This record gives sequence, C-alpha cells and structure tokens, in this order.
Amino acid sequence: MENISGELGSRFYRGLRYVGGIGWLFTDTLSFIFVAPFSRRKLRVRGAPVFEQMARVGFSSLGIVCLVQFFIGIVIALQLANLLKTFGIREYVGSVVGLGMFRELGPLMTAVVMAGYAGAAISAELGTMAVSEEIEALRALAISPVRYLVVPRVIAAALMIPCVTMIGDFVGVLGGMGIAWGVLKIAPALFIQKMLMTLHTSDVFIGIFKSWVFALLIALIACFEGLRVDSGAEGVGRAATRSVVYSIVMIISADCFFTALFHIILKH
Amino acid sequence: MKKEEPEPIVVTNLVKKFKDQTVLDGLNFQVNKGEILVIMGGSGCGKSTLLRLLIGAMRPTSGRIEMLGTDLALLDGEGLDALRKKTGILFQSGALFNSLTVGENIALPLKEHTELSADVIGIMVKMKLEMVGLRDFEHLKPSEISGGMKKRVGLARAMALDPQIMFYDEPSAGLDPIASAMIDELMMDLNKKTGVTSIVVTHDMGSAFKIAHRMILLFRGRAVAEGTPAEIRASADPLVRQFVNGLPDGPIPLRVSRKDYAEDLLEPGPERF
Repeated sequence: MENISGELGSRFYRGLRYVGGIGWLFTDTLSFIFVAPFSRRKLRVRGAPVFEQMARVGFSSLGIVCLVQFFIGIVIALQLANLLKTFGIREYVGSVVGLGMFRELGPLMTAVVMAGYAGAAISAELGTMAVSEEIEALRALAISPVRYLVVPRVIAAALMIPCVTMIGDFVGVLGGMGIAWGVLKIAPALFIQKMLMTLHTSDVFIGIFKSWVFALLIALIACFEGLRVDSGAEGVGRAATRSVVYSIVMIISADCFFTALFHIILKH
Repeated sequence: MKKEEPEPIVVTNLVKKFKDQTVLDGLNFQVNKGEILVIMGGSGCGKSTLLRLLIGAMRPTSGRIEMLGTDLALLDGEGLDALRKKTGILFQSGALFNSLTVGENIALPLKEHTELSADVIGIMVKMKLEMVGLRDFEHLKPSEISGGMKKRVGLARAMALDPQIMFYDEPSAGLDPIASAMIDELMMDLNKKTGVTSIVVTHDMGSAFKIAHRMILLFRGRAVAEGTPAEIRASADPLVRQFVNGLPDGPIPLRVSRKDYAEDLLEPGPERF
C-alpha cells in the first residue's frame, strides 16, 4: 500500500515538474517575444526563421489536414443522417456538420494531425541537435536556444495551425455537404442556410481560439521534449513519441476544459 | 598586491559531485594569459566535466571558478552570455549547425552579437575561413565536408568574435594523423598570432607535448602533476610515467571493479526467470 501511494506520489510529482517545465519554457518564450525586443540588450527575433518554420508547419501539412477533415465531414453527415431522419429533421444535417466542424472536430482533429506531423518533426529535429552538441554550441556562442529555436517554432505554430484549421473546417463542411447532397438529397443551398442559422460567429471564434491554444501546446511540448534529449538515437525516438502522445493528451484535456468552460460561460 | 590584469582563469578547490560520485575533488590551477594549457587524463577522470564547468554549462558542487576576473557562480544568464562572447569553444565533434552552410555557421555569432552589415560579415567569414584554410568551402553544408574540415570550421566559428580564451575539447579525437597535425598547427598558430589563452583537454600525448606550454595531469578528480612538457616528460612519478608512455598497468589499474572477483561470481544473482 505504502509502495503504491509512494509510486503515485512520485508520478504526480514528475507530472507537476513536467507541466512546470512547459510553463517555464512558455514564459521564457513570451519574454523573448514581448519583453526582450524592448530591453537594452536588443535581443531580436528574426523574421526569416519564423517564415521558414511557418512554411514547414503550415503549407506542407495542409494536404493531409484537408484530407482528414474531408473524411470527418463525411462521417458526421453519414452518422447523423439516420438519427435526424427518425426525428424528421433531415435538413438540419447542415447545422450539425457546421457546428461540429467549426467548433469541435475541426480544431481537435487538425491539432491531432499536427501533433503527429509538426510536433514529432520539431522534437526529433531539436533532439538530434541536442545529441550532436549543437544546442550546447548555441549556448556557448551566447545564443539562447529558446530564442533561436523555440520562439520561431512557437510563433509559426501559433500563426499557422489556426489558419490550417480554418481551411480544414471549410473542406470538412464541403465533405458533409457532398454527402448531404448525394446521399440525403439535401441541396447545398438548404445545407448552407441551415448551417448559417445555427452557427454563430462566437462558435467560429471559439474554434479558432481552441486551435490556437492547441498550437501552443503542440509547439511547446515538442520543443521541450526535443531540448531535453540527452542520449543518442534512442533518446530522439523517445522524445518524438512522447511529444506526440503528451500533445494529444494535453490537447484533449484542454478541449475538455474549454468545452466545459464555454458551456458555463455561454449559459449565463 | 592587486594585479593590474586578472589571470584569465583561476580555479580554486573545485568539487563536482554527481549524486554520491565525486568527479572533481578539490581541483586547483590557474591559466596564465596567452599560454596553452593542456589538461590530460584518462577517460572518465573528469576532463569533460571540468570543461563543462569552465564554460558555465554546469555549476560546481563547491569551489570557485574565476574567469577574466569574475566569479562564474555570481553571474546570471545575462552575465554568463557576456562572458561567453569573450570565450570560444571547439567541440569534440565540431558541433556545426547542420541546417546551415559552412559560411552561415561562422556568420551566425557575428549576426547575433554585432551590428555589422551583411557585406562586412561576408568579408569576415571569408577571413575566418582563410585562417583555417577552407575559403572555398563557404557554400557547402557540414554533411558535405570531412571530420577534420568540420573541426576547422568549428574553430573558425569559435574564433568569429575574437575571443580572449579558447577551449578545445579533444581536438584530435577521431581524426587521422594528418588532420590532427593540422589542427595542432592551427591551435599554435592562433595562439601565436592572436595571443588567445587556450585550454586544451586531450588524451593524445603526441599532440599534447607538441602544443603545450604547460600541462596538468588529472587523476581521480585531482591534479596529480603540473609542469612544462619537459618537466612532465622527466617526471619520476609512476602515475605520470604510466600515462605519458601509455602503459597498460601501473598505478592506474587495468581492472577497475571494486568488488572482489570471487565474491562477485559466487553471489546469488537476482531471480531471472
């Protein structure tokens, strides 16, 4: 019994330290973005690496995100078609797909894809740099790895993942609309009309906000895992795996938290 | 009496422990301005740890490191960065940034820490590359050049900000005799021309005796011998003789297991299946 509680305690402690580490990295990143440029040390964050990372995070992942979202749109429409038909409100499939995509599944599924796509790449890249002494070389050159490596990646993720999410949302709705038209015989015009009837601007903004938070989580966890690699190829592999798994866990936890939070806020 | 200029490096009673293992055990030495000090020692004697402590990558358990007149322990991140701009380090693998070209590698510290224009940085990069004899390789990626060249580029990068102190971590490790001799030549050349104080950590005796002005032999976290190459070579200390001549057995034992062999064999092992 004592063993179990001890083990639980140490796990809890490690978990707390982990979250603390991510938090520290986040505050450090923020200070480099917002405070350092105005301090007397003039620590600039350069544009070029940010754009490079934006291209890597954003454009290259667009295809796969759109594909996944397209299928998600189809799945929602098909799954709900029969249920809605039973209640005789078949035409509301547009509302369900729109709300589901923009507010919930769009941000969530994009984030999950990005955790695997961008998160693993970032942690493997930084991990390899740590193994080949490159991180230490940066420190020895008085260049902060957080400023030089983490900040561009976090900015790129925070800017691009919401954009990719939005594009993916539209593609998902397109998928749902296609199914509604082909299988349920609901004209696109009616689909869109019903969708716009239920979907508020606030839903879209909540979706964007969530995807922005997910983006920060993905980039921070990936960078954190990458920077703390200390042992060879095995360590790099472990970092990539952990970054994907922890990101997904954190994304879904955050999603759960926000859904509950907005549920309470919007009720009042 | 206070000296006008402080010694580049003064190490006093330096102790570093990892959990219950003592790696450095009360180390004292100092480096004079403009000299090449070679720190020798077998694998696992604390050489790399010492180097990491000197560059501020780790904090000592106790003791004091004074560099260019400031106590490392008193510096915050900003102070440490200011000091790091005055020091350079050549890593064992070269540690070039693989995503950047050779030229960009050398330009990086200049871009980050100076206000020089791109043209001037371009000229400086060429000068630093010429210094290590690799001017034509500016546009290649680190993966396209040999190990010896990587170290030379690493050296050019470390010298980019014209440091006052250079650290070399096993400069000849993994190099063929010719490449290794070239690095030795470059280190001596740089020291002569720029007067940079150099600390070289190595176990390559040939190279050590060639370049050193003064040498220190580390053993079990302590400096067991100190002197000029001639003094070290003439030393009667069996430990120094064993190390310098590369003898397999002597005061540094071949077998390092602490437990008694028979006892170890007869001890019931953990249940395996």
